[in-house]
Amino acid sequence: MTNAIPEVKLAEEHVGKWGMVINQDICTGCQACVAACAMENNITFVGEEDSGYGRSMHWIRIERFWEGEYPEVKMTPNQPMLCQQCGSAPCEPVCPAFATVHSTAESLNLQVYNRCVGTRYCANNCPYQVRSFNWRDYERPEPLPNQFNPDVTVRRRGVMEKCTFCIQRIHKAQDEAKSEGREVMDGEFTTACAQACPATAITFGRTDDPQSLVSQLAHKGHGVKHLEELGTLPSVTYFKGG
Amino acid sequence: MADHKHDAGHAHTEEHFREKHLMLDPLPRGQMNDMVMESMTGKPGWKFWTAVIILSGIVAYGLVYSWAKMIAEGVGIAGVNRPSYWGIFLVNTVFWIGISHAGTFISAILRVFKAEFRRPFTRAAELMTTFGLVQAGFSVFMHMGRVWLSYWLFPYPNQRMLWPNLHSPLTWDLLAITTYLLSSTMYLFLPLIPDMAMARDRSTGWRKNLYKALALGFRGTEGEWTHLRHAMNIFAFAIIPVMFSVHTIVSWDFAAATRPGWNSTIFGPYFVVGALHSGMGAAVIVLAVIRSNMKHMDYFIRAEHFDAIGKLMLIISMTWAYFFFNDYMVQWYGGDKWTHQLLHFHEAGPLGWMWFAMLFCNVVVPWAILWNTKWRSTPWLVSTVGIIINVGMWFERYIIVPISLTINRAPFTWRMYTPGVEIPLGIGTLALFILLYVLASKLIPLIPVWEVQEGQMAHELKKFGRETVVSVSELE
Repeated sequence: MTNAIPEVKLAEEHVGKWGMVINQDICTGCQACVAACAMENNITFVGEEDSGYGRSMHWIRIERFWEGEYPEVKMTPNQPMLCQQCGSAPCEPVCPAFATVHSTAESLNLQVYNRCVGTRYCANNCPYQVRSFNWRDYERPEPLPNQFNPDVTVRRRGVMEKCTFCIQRIHKAQDEAKSEGREVMDGEFTTACAQACPATAITFGRTDDPQSLVSQLAHKGHGVKHLEELGTLPSVTYFKGG
Repeated sequence: MADHKHDAGHAHTEEHFREKHLMLDPLPRGQMNDMVMESMTGKPGWKFWTAVIILSGIVAYGLVYSWAKMIAEGVGIAGVNRPSYWGIFLVNTVFWIGISHAGTFISAILRVFKAEFRRPFTRAAELMTTFGLVQAGFSVFMHMGRVWLSYWLFPYPNQRMLWPNLHSPLTWDLLAITTYLLSSTMYLFLPLIPDMAMARDRSTGWRKNLYKALALGFRGTEGEWTHLRHAMNIFAFAIIPVMFSVHTIVSWDFAAATRPGWNSTIFGPYFVVGALHSGMGAAVIVLAVIRSNMKHMDYFIRAEHFDAIGKLMLIISMTWAYFFFNDYMVQWYGGDKWTHQLLHFHEAGPLGWMWFAMLFCNVVVPWAILWNTKWRSTPWLVSTVGIIINVGMWFERYIIVPISLTINRAPFTWRMYTPGVEIPLGIGTLALFILLYVLASKLIPLIPVWEVQEGQMAHELKKFGRETVVSVSELE
């Protein structure tokens, strides 16, 4: 007997070659990841006014929510939010210029800065709202111009950008491993946010390797993927209340 | 014959018919041609120059200076932010495409259905399409972060074999708008040819050279008329599906996205009807302005035309209300918590007044005024309703773009949108639209004289006993 209704096949084997696990219970909300990410990825400094108007450009942000009405307010665990590196990303098909594309090799969403014309459609269509746009050419106050990361492009006005899972570090580790004729080892490198987290709330690694720490954590059972019901196949798993 | 209802007080006299209907009130052809030539080539008065100077000033500041400033400093001087990444730029894009719709609608649909009342105002309406699309193009290009690279959105052969992404609704949009601009310009040009020939034979100097070039050597032989009729017929039929597709594709920019409030399957027809709603309103404003400001135009554009367009406006307003309710009802019934948040925000948020004003302008006002023949035949009243409808439709687009963008699935980013340089830019596009009309009124006949004359030749008043009856002969 043939099955009349075709099965929905999600591209599971491609999902989350690189993945992240975030434990909200031990996140203290100290923003060290935000600062480290900005330093690592040459993120510009938008200033107080623009930041207050919803133009902050952090690739990772700590979302704080509360439940109930004042004075009986209960804080919920801090929620670090960054690009979820979706397996089926809503931002990708809508770009008219192919500036936001999928890397099948790394299972990452890439943003090609020099192809971006700034229609901002990708940011509208991102359900996590984690893309940031260069509204202006912002001035970097001293001494920030002295610490650019030479491995990362500096973006100009009119271009969209977002978390890359520190792709420059991924590539560096891959190159080193290749020159030594081996695979990238688990824990050999990590992203700037995970490296900076004093509480080790962020774990990064290969999810296609079942022995890696991130795979073991991700399969612990009570992990949650944000807005999974939209079919975006995110690569970041969150733990809360465990 | 579109409309020859009789009022109780009037007898069916010949004078009554002639006074009421342009088609039954023929003038000698030479005289009519001279009237149109005079309205076009007459020495422009102070009114014309004042309008040109003021409008050029607004265009220079609003469009040229403000846009140059935005290109030099970045989109940051506009009010767009996270989460309202689009803002008034896209409101204006959708608004102008909407305006440009009615031109083709009036001209093509009414031509296909042989509605006789269309004859004197097809040209003014078609110009609205072309001029409106120019503003839509400006609005969509100025919202881009790096507009100097906008040619990347066009499919052109290049060394790196990079093509636009055909999965993106924005690419469809660009192709659709380009198709629409080209086809509507050709459709505007075809019926212009005989008028250009007429103007060529009645002018001197640079005008003669201009009209000579534009008339393409048209002499009015039987063969030329046959070819022209064929071409116009093909274009009138072909442009109707193009017109529907363009605004449907504009709606897909929103409907194809994953956002609450946008992801609606009815957006296609809802947008088409919304476009016609604002476009008919704009057409009636244009007609009223032409009628009261240009010489001899009260002969061509009469109360009967406002009456006829008023009826269309009323029907379109009802259709819009139906689609609005349909969209709202299904979204609300779906029970999605984000959509509920958004719908609540539409009505009870800080800009909730806009939601109610939209319904008042788009539904209450047209329904309250346009049902009455007498009110419908009053040019200033119908054109005021046209202005109100356009305000309402602009509010509708404002609710769909920045207000709906405010509420998304990431509550941490919810933030209000305050327009910045979008306002001078938007006013600049409006001024350019009017300026193009003002200049066009001195360059091309806004009334298709030959079409009016053709209609008048086909109409005849016959007497049966004491009763006067209108008879229309088949032209083709």
